[in-house]
Amino acid sequence: MYQILKQIIKTGIKTEAPPLADESLRAGEQRLQQKVLEVFGSALNIRLVDAGSCNGCELEIHAVNNAYYNLEGLGIKFVASPRHADLLLVTGSVSRHMEVALKRTYDAIPEPKLVVALGDCGCNGGIFGESYASLGRVSNVIPVDVVVAGCPPTPVEIMQGILTAVSCKK
Amino acid sequence: MKYTCPDLKLLELNGAIPAWQVVIEASELQVLCQKVADGGGRLVALWACDERASLSRFVLHAVLVNEAGLLCLHLPLPQEFPVYPDISGIFSCACRMQRTVFDMLGLTASGSQDMRPWLRHGAWPENSFPLRKDFDEAGRQEADNYPFVQVEGQGVHEIPVGPVHAGIIEPGHFRFSIIGERVLRLEERLGYVHKGIEKRFENNSLLFGAKLAGRVSGDTTVAYAWAYAMAAESIANVVVPKRALWLRALLLERERIANHLGDLGYLSNDVAFSFGMSQFWILKEQVLRNNAALFGHRYLMDKIIPGGVGVDLTETATLLAECDLLEHEVKLLHSILEEHAGVQDRYIGTGCVAPALAAQLGLCGMAGRASGQSWDARVQHPCAPYDQLDVQMATHQNGDVAARVIVRFDELFESLRLMRDIIAKLPSGNVLAIPLEKLPGNGFCLGMVEGWRGEVLVAIHTDAEGNITRVHPHDPSWQNWPVLEHAILGDIVPDFPLINKSFNLSYSGHDL
Ligand code: SF4
Repeated sequence: MYQILKQIIKTGIKTEAPPLADESLRAGEQRLQQKVLEVFGSALNIRLVDAGSCNGCELEIHAVNNAYYNLEGLGIKFVASPRHADLLLVTGSVSRHMEVALKRTYDAIPEPKLVVALGDCGCNGGIFGESYASLGRVSNVIPVDVVVAGCPPTPVEIMQGILTAVSCKK
Repeated sequence: MKYTCPDLKLLELNGAIPAWQVVIEASELQVLCQKVADGGGRLVALWACDERASLSRFVLHAVLVNEAGLLCLHLPLPQEFPVYPDISGIFSCACRMQRTVFDMLGLTASGSQDMRPWLRHGAWPENSFPLRKDFDEAGRQEADNYPFVQVEGQGVHEIPVGPVHAGIIEPGHFRFSIIGERVLRLEERLGYVHKGIEKRFENNSLLFGAKLAGRVSGDTTVAYAWAYAMAAESIANVVVPKRALWLRALLLERERIANHLGDLGYLSNDVAFSFGMSQFWILKEQVLRNNAALFGHRYLMDKIIPGGVGVDLTETATLLAECDLLEHEVKLLHSILEEHAGVQDRYIGTGCVAPALAAQLGLCGMAGRASGQSWDARVQHPCAPYDQLDVQMATHQNGDVAARVIVRFDELFESLRLMRDIIAKLPSGNVLAIPLEKLPGNGFCLGMVEGWRGEVLVAIHTDAEGNITRVHPHDPSWQNWPVLEHAILGDIVPDFPLINKSFNLSYSGHDL
């Protein structure tokens, strides 16, 4: 126990300042009312669906929860059930085999809901594109509010995308 | 050493890893596989090609490995009757590969017990095969009702999990049959992230393929990019600059370090020891940041290119300081984990795969080494620069979660040693890559690299003009997923996330 406490004190606080929202990431007209977003802004639950990623984007989503970025410190956390979620984060170009699961997850999230598509794959189909097995970009399958490009996008870019989705358009 | 097979004409395959190839007849397939299995060898990969347009045939390819090197069997099959003898009785891991060969190309393993589809769900119809050259993309079928094996008896019930899981992980379906909390049977259903990678390689450029190979499984991008480059360079007979080879090894060890750190974090998290999670992930983040600063990408994607590397190491101080820091911190965390009774109680004896079972099922890679299977391509078949690095293999006999944790720690320390060694011995040179954009015609070669999860194999075929007609990337997860079904037996459902994490297998690399 002594070692653990000593290490915690030695480590100190690593968390860095979060990025600001970026309007250019918005995919289309804001679908949600400002009032709702104010409520979301203080405590947001995210459900992730990997709809056909290479797992690279997932690595960076994991990183968003590490001590440096500490997304949870902003009141934003990942939840197990779509029923508890406000925001759906989707990675990958959507594989045909995941189409049904993605749609069902989207449907299971209570209104009002937000969708952020992550990575080049989620934004435009990326390297896997559209094929017999892949439907390409996420917005080919469900409505998308914010897209975050990158292969994979960095943790800061991911946070920025999430914060953009929950911030209000000026 | 050499493969000895008196009645066969083995041809040496060009490449960085000792390999031979031979064209065989259907009647020889089982005999040869049995021979290699009896000598302690394993099946590495199985795939097929459509050569109907030029030669009116299909060809089945199987790569086996033993102490001497790789043996690649080519079995031509007539287009009107594409049937080959089942080898899953010899190598049990062949079963899912054979089912995939059918899903993708329509070749049948005669005598196989399990003819269910594997990678095909509903994206294409039953009688249509994506890797045939005349495949029609338009076909589509409703998702079929996959026939899971039912366990019957009083008090038995089923828990279906997935494809969308509770955490931040890739999709797959697990069907548990349980009594109370005990698991009687686990059956996996994978293929959800099948995105047509193999088809995507076809008739695309060599350099596009390099990027794609680096995205077969994002966490193993260095190993895939290297294996792909190795296969391409072997076909083109290109001698890669020495410095580039050493830099590749540096990147590969950094990939291993980053992944092992991340896994050790999650293995702490899954036993509710969040201190370990935050500590290991702080270290991992530092490695990733150094990657970004020194090499321009946090996961080192696209840094290995056919012909060499796309990045140089301009200063060594950062990495040497990182080595010192990691060594010190990981040692400390190791002793904390080791002395933590609560953590050890969850690790020890959980998810056990005894060495005999591991050998029987062909468990490979890091998980295999934790179950006494001493295979490490860096040790048995060291390509440059590993032939000058004397890698010490980490193994353990217990085969439980604790053993897989210990092997990760040992490999981490060994990778730090290798990193220092590589930096010290790094050959100088200005040339980092020999330009390679097009391959010679009618080529076929293999590349194999020991990634952090296990051996990654990439095979490349070219046509008469040198266009890429077929690429087969093979992930060690193919071998290890079926073993996970055994590892959970007798344990309780709540231990599954921990056991699963201790293997940390790839979905994307498997589903392709
Ligand atoms: S965007 Fe890049 S890292 Fe993300 S899933 Fe696609 S290929 Fe992988």
